[in-house]
Amino acid sequence: MISFIAQRIAKAVIVLLALVVLNFFLIRMAPGDPAVVMAGEAGAGDQLFIAQLREKFGLDQPLPVQLFLYVKGILSLDLGFSFRQQMPVSKLILDRLPATLLLTGTAFAISLAFGILFGALAARFAGTWADTAITIAALIFYATPLFWVALMAILLFSVTMDWLPSFGYETVGAGYTGLAHVLDVAAHLVLPATTIGLFFMATYARMTRASMLEVNRLDFVKTARAKGLSDAVIQRRHVLRNALLPVVTLAGLQAGTLVGGAVLTETVFAWPGIGRLMYEALLQRDYNLLLGVFVVCSAMVLAFNLITDLVYRSVDPRIEFAS
Amino acid sequence: MSKRKILISLATMCVLNTAAMAQGPKAGGVVNAVIQPEPPSLMIGLVQNGPTQMVAGNIYEGLLRYSPKLDPLPGLAESWSVSEDGKVYTFKLVKGVTWHDGKPFTSADVLFTIEFLKQTHARARGNLVQLDKVEAPDESTVVFTLKQPFGPFIGIFEVGSLPMIPKHIYEGTDFKTNPANNTPVGTGPFMFKEWQKGSFIRLVKNPNYHVKGKPNIDEIYWHVIPDAAARSVAYETGKVDVLPGGSVENFDVPRLSKLKNTCVTGAGWEFFSPHSWLWLNNRSGPTANKKFRQALMFAIDRNMAKDVVWNGLGKVATGPSGSAIKYYTGAVPKYDYDPAKAKALLKEAGYNGEKVRMLPLPYGETWQRWAEMVRQNLQDVGVNVEMIATDVPGWNQKVSEWDYDIAFTYLYQYGDPALGVGRNYVSSQIAKGSPFNNVEGYSNPEIDKLFADGAVAFPDAAREEIYAKAQKILVEDVPVAWMLELQFPTITRCSVKNLITTGIGVNDGFRDAWIEK
Repeated sequence: MISFIAQRIAKAVIVLLALVVLNFFLIRMAPGDPAVVMAGEAGAGDQLFIAQLREKFGLDQPLPVQLFLYVKGILSLDLGFSFRQQMPVSKLILDRLPATLLLTGTAFAISLAFGILFGALAARFAGTWADTAITIAALIFYATPLFWVALMAILLFSVTMDWLPSFGYETVGAGYTGLAHVLDVAAHLVLPATTIGLFFMATYARMTRASMLEVNRLDFVKTARAKGLSDAVIQRRHVLRNALLPVVTLAGLQAGTLVGGAVLTETVFAWPGIGRLMYEALLQRDYNLLLGVFVVCSAMVLAFNLITDLVYRSVDPRIEFAS
Repeated sequence: MSKRKILISLATMCVLNTAAMAQGPKAGGVVNAVIQPEPPSLMIGLVQNGPTQMVAGNIYEGLLRYSPKLDPLPGLAESWSVSEDGKVYTFKLVKGVTWHDGKPFTSADVLFTIEFLKQTHARARGNLVQLDKVEAPDESTVVFTLKQPFGPFIGIFEVGSLPMIPKHIYEGTDFKTNPANNTPVGTGPFMFKEWQKGSFIRLVKNPNYHVKGKPNIDEIYWHVIPDAAARSVAYETGKVDVLPGGSVENFDVPRLSKLKNTCVTGAGWEFFSPHSWLWLNNRSGPTANKKFRQALMFAIDRNMAKDVVWNGLGKVATGPSGSAIKYYTGAVPKYDYDPAKAKALLKEAGYNGEKVRMLPLPYGETWQRWAEMVRQNLQDVGVNVEMIATDVPGWNQKVSEWDYDIAFTYLYQYGDPALGVGRNYVSSQIAKGSPFNNVEGYSNPEIDKLFADGAVAFPDAAREEIYAKAQKILVEDVPVAWMLELQFPTITRCSVKNLITTGIGVNDGFRDAWIEK
C-alpha cells in the first residue's frame, strides 16, 4: 500500500507541474494585464506609470523567462508575490483557506449525511408519498441555480424574517469570544453552507436511492433474506454498503472542488474565502495569485483522488492496490 | 382625538423639534460603511484607485480642502497667499499637527511629499509640471515657485491629488516595498487599526487630531461586500449605514431611498464631476467622419437614458466640461434628440451600413443596460452596431490599444479644465497603451494651442475666454459623444449627519460627521 501511495504522489507531482505550465499560458492568453488594470483603476496612468508597474511585476521579461522563474519558484514551494496586494501569494491563500474549508467542509458534511439519509429513506419507502416528496425536492434543488437559491434564502431568512445574517463571516465589531464567537460564526455559516449543500445533497439522495434499489434486486440480498436476517440489518449491512460505491466516487469529485468551488456562494454572501480571492485575482489579472490558487486547488483535487481510492478500498475489500 | 389632545401633542412635537435643532454634533458612535471593490492598499501616495481614496481620505490629509463651489478651504495649511504675478504660492501650515505615530508634521514633510509623489503618483506628476521649486523657509511655511503662472495650481492640493506623506517613515527606503505601506500613517482624523482582507477595514478616532473636538465618531468599519444585491440587503437589514456613491446598482436606488430613516444626496461629486462619454475612434471607420459623429449625438436620446437608466440622476452633458467645474459654458452648439436629423447627417456622411464595434463599460448592470439603450438608438437611425463583451482588463486593453469604434467611459475632471478636461483632447496626449488620455485620437492644432494657453493664462478672466472658445470648437467637432454628468447618490441613515461637507464628498473623510442618537 505504501508503494502504491508513493507512486501516486510521484505521478501527482508531474501532473501538477503540467497543470502549472498549462495554466500559466492560459491565463496570459486573456487580454489585458495587471499594470493596465491598476492604471485604469487609478483613473490616470501615464506611460511611465504603466512601464514602472510592468517592470516591477517582471512583465517586461520574455514569456519563457517568466515561466522559468515561476516554475523555479513552485519547485522550491514559493508561490510568488501578488502584484496587486503586495503580499506573498502563500500568505494570502493561507489567510483565506480556513474560511473556505469551514464553508465547503460544512456543506460537504451536510450534503453527504442528509443526502445518504434521504436517499436511503426514499429507497426504503419506494413508491410511497415519502419517496415522491424526497425525489421531487431533490430534483428541484438539483435544477435550481445556486445564486438564485442564495438570493431567495437571503430574502426570506435575512430581510423578511431577520433570523440569520446575510453577509460576512462574523459580526464585525461585536468582539465576541469563546462560545459566543462560535455561535456567531455558525449563524453566518448557515445560509451559505446550506446553499452549497442543497445541490450536492440532492445529487447524493438521487444516487443513493437509485443505487440501493438496484442492489436490492441482486442475488446476495435474496440470500440474506433467505438466511432470515432482519430487514434493517440487510438494508444497512448489505444494501447500503454496496450502494455507497458510486456515492463515494461522487463525493470524491465534490471534495476536489472543496477549495475552489464556492466562488458564487462566497461572492453573494461576502464570505472571505478563497473562491472570491480567485475571482478577484482573475478580474485584476493578478497572475501569480490566480496561479497560486490554481496550484493549491489542483493539489487538493489530486490529494482527494488519492483519498477516494483509499476509501474505496475500505468500503469494498474486493478492490486491490494494483499498479 | 380631542382638540385639546391635538394641541398638546403639537406642542410636544414643537418642543421635541426645538430640542433636536438645539443638538450640536454629538461625540461617539460607530459608522458602518460599504467599500467596493476591496482596495489593494491604503497607502494613497502609491495607489490612487477609487476605493483607496475613499478609505484613505480619513487617514491622510492634503494641504487644502475644497468647498462644493471648489473654493479652497484650510486643510493642513491654515492660510495661503499667491503673489501678484501668479507665480509664488506661500502656505502657512497648521501648527502642532502630529502624525498618527506622534511625530510632528512640518514643512520638511511637504518637501519630501513633493519628491515622493513625483515618483509614484501619475496625476500629481502631471499637476506639478509647472513647478520650478519648493522651499521651506521655516517649520511651518512652504513656498511653491512656478515657472509661469498656472491657474489650476491652487486646485491640486486635495487629499487624493497631493496627500501628505510622512518623511520619517519613507525617507531613504524603497517606497513601494516599505512594510509601513500595510499600516498607513497619516495626519487625518482617523487612524488605521485593522484590516481583515475580504471582510472589513477598521479605522479608529485620532485622539490627537489637530482640529479641536473632531472627529466626533469613534470608529468606522468599511465592509467589503462583493455582490451588489448583497450590498443593498446589508443596508436594508441595518448592517451598514452608509452606501457611498456607486455602491449599489442604480435600479436599487429608488427602492432604498424609500426605506424608513434613509437620506439620499447627490452632493459631494463637484470636484470630480464624473463626466461620461462615448469614445469615438477618430482615426478609422465611420466614426472618423465628423458628420457621422454629429449624427450619433442627434441619434442618442440622452434624456431618456438619464431618466430610465440613471433614475433621473445627473445631467445631460453639453460638452467637454461638466457644469460644476471652472470655466464651464453652456453657450455651445446643441444636440437635442433628433433621429430625423441624425439620419440626414448619416446620409451626408455617406454611411453605408458598415459595422461599428461598441464596447460597453463592464462596471455592472447599469452600464450594460445603458449600452443596450444606445445600441437601440443607433439601430433606429440605421447604424449597424455590434456589441463587444469584455471584462475590465479586456476593456482597458481594447481601449488603450484603440481597438474599438465606440466605447463607453467616464472620467473625473478634477475641478479645472487644465487638470481633467484637456488631457482628452490635446494631441500630445495621444499615446497607445494608456486608457485615460486622448484615446479617441482627436488632433486639432487650434485646440492644442487653446489648452496650452489656458493652463498658463493669467489672470482668471483670460482663462475663461480661452476655455469658452475651446468648448465651442470641441462641441462642433464632436471628438467624443458626451453623454451625462454622472451623479452617484450617497445613501445613508438620516441619523448620520454632516457626512458630506466638501466638493470631494465621502473621499474627504468622516471628520465632520456625527451620529444622532
